[in-house]
Amino acid sequence: MDREEIFGQLTEVFRDIFDDDSIELTDETTAADIEEWNSFTHITLISDIEDAFGIRFEMKDVVGLKNVGEMADLIEKLSIS
Amino acid sequence: MLNELNYPFDPKYLISHEKKLRRLLKADGVKRIPKRIAILGGSTTHDLMLMLELFLLNYGIEPEFYESEYNQYYEDGMFPNPALEKFRPDVIWIHTTNRNITAFPSLKSSTEEIDSLYKAELDKFTGLWKRLSEIYNCPIVQNNFEPPFYRLMGNRDISDPHGAGNFINRLNTAFYRYASEHENFHICDIAYLAADYGLKEWSDPYYWYLYKYALNLYAIPSLSFQVANIVKAIFGKNKKGFVLDLDNTLWGGVVGDDGPEGLELGPEEAVGAAYLEFQRYLKAHTELGILLNVDSKNDSENALAGLNHPDGALKPEDFIEIVANWESKDRNLAKIAEELSLMPESLVFVDDNPAERAIVKQSFPEVSVPEIGEVRDYILTLDRSGFFECTSLSGDDMARNEMYRANAKRAAVAKEFSDYREYLLSLEMEAVIRPFEQMYFSRIAQLSNKSNQFNLTTKRFTVEEIVAAHEDPDRIDLYGRLMDRFGDNGVVSIVIGRIEEGVCHIELWLMSCRVLKRDMEFAMMDALAGKCLERGIREIRGYYYPTEKNKMVRDFYALQGFEKLSEDEAGNTVWSLSLSEGYSRKNTVIKTES
Repeated sequence: MDREEIFGQLTEVFRDIFDDDSIELTDETTAADIEEWNSFTHITLISDIEDAFGIRFEMKDVVGLKNVGEMADLIEKLSIS
Repeated sequence: MLNELNYPFDPKYLISHEKKLRRLLKADGVKRIPKRIAILGGSTTHDLMLMLELFLLNYGIEPEFYESEYNQYYEDGMFPNPALEKFRPDVIWIHTTNRNITAFPSLKSSTEEIDSLYKAELDKFTGLWKRLSEIYNCPIVQNNFEPPFYRLMGNRDISDPHGAGNFINRLNTAFYRYASEHENFHICDIAYLAADYGLKEWSDPYYWYLYKYALNLYAIPSLSFQVANIVKAIFGKNKKGFVLDLDNTLWGGVVGDDGPEGLELGPEEAVGAAYLEFQRYLKAHTELGILLNVDSKNDSENALAGLNHPDGALKPEDFIEIVANWESKDRNLAKIAEELSLMPESLVFVDDNPAERAIVKQSFPEVSVPEIGEVRDYILTLDRSGFFECTSLSGDDMARNEMYRANAKRAAVAKEFSDYREYLLSLEMEAVIRPFEQMYFSRIAQLSNKSNQFNLTTKRFTVEEIVAAHEDPDRIDLYGRLMDRFGDNGVVSIVIGRIEEGVCHIELWLMSCRVLKRDMEFAMMDALAGKCLERGIREIRGYYYPTEKNKMVRDFYALQGFEKLSEDEAGNTVWSLSLSEGYSRKNTVIKTES
């Protein structure tokens, strides 16, 4: 799965959860950029990303993610292995 | 109503689309009753609250929430809490789980030590409940404890007093005892839910370690749904009856084609056994006061032949209305609702045929039309939907079927009389109209929450508020119970008036629709006027606040001889009856006793 595909699917997950079709993601997107992205929606986000990509994050990964770029890196890594 | 929120819902979908669903619900134009709900949590409650909001909105309740800080359920409830006092909750939900048990026995604990741990834990909770009911005077919903997710001693963990499983069971038993002794205290059975969901999945500790959720993220909708069911039941939003198809719903086969002897029904073979168990399940509902009705495309004699099947559990006399004809099912459903004096939305329509379900859904979007699947799924689907969540079991509920049957007999008698007054006299009605009495407090509160149609102000009361109204020297409270030669209708009318400067303001006036057109409202007014005169009150003032459902009483006060004082743009009207010239009795057909 290449980075573009990952971003495409990630964008879908984000748009569903935040009920906002105008969301565009970049590597630098963080919780500060999306109004409703808080610790609670983060939980849903993590779970939905796991589902969408068929992966399972480790607990330490979940705690450390800072922006969408890091998320995509991790998804890339986990989807290969 | 959003189908996405009806059982069986998809928890993943609900969690990911929570914002979208909320937006859709809030934009649907439905009028909802506002309720303030306090969640006192022993673990994270945020998503539980969001999901609860969706389910309640779907049930016609607009919740406002108070959410305790993380794991502050005890401190928030036990100690002075101006924020919560100001919030004035209508219901408090204590979301605790086995993660909140302060200390479990160790294997070295003596019997005495275990007993004192048990007592300390129980005292902590009972102290909290007592304090909450003293201060907030509202229903409390309390989780029981789910089984632990590991068992130190394996199977022995449940039988040995040292075991966590055993300890939890003891606490739960004590919780249930408290529930049975306190009317406004309700257990949310998360032990059952966890078992139903799968304990391993339910208590996946991943969500505890990461987010301090005491249950799986995806189990949250199931739990919130249960709480929503309890809350809607408390506030009178349960369903009241079934409208049932016959062929391939109550038995296998088509009675008109196969004849009663050709139907699949009875213990001998698999399909017949499934239908028989389903019939037993439905029949048991009559004891809860749920009304059974038939809406079937059949000739009437074929329908009855099927219902008289010797192996069936249901018989024709178990039903209130049996409508078997070739009319469309939605029209028949409307007819049944009218005969029962119920709103269509208080009915659950059960039909194996998706096309019939679609027609009913189309005509009555508020009627519950479960996707019941095939016969082996029927019970599970209806049961898990929580239509009839039972928060109190009054004798009145159990006798309800009797009353409706008596009503059908009265209707038959009414046809013999050309003069309506003579018919009323022939009923030999007797009423008891008195200030509230303790044995009826819960029934009175229940009526105030359930009655929508013959209800002038639609003001809702909890049991505590009913008791308070009764004890208030500045209020007049009356209940009316009506009996006649066909039976006892029970408590059917409630009036609460507030006295202010010599005027009695009617805060609540309601009557059950099962005694419409019996002149009971006149007997009640006579009693109220009598009480007012005793106290030297010169004027009674009535208020009518229109809702979607109470149009039938728009002219109530005019019929009672009141004069209209004012009307605002929303149609709210204020009425006055002067007592300074005395009062002439209006009821001439009911013998009253006070």
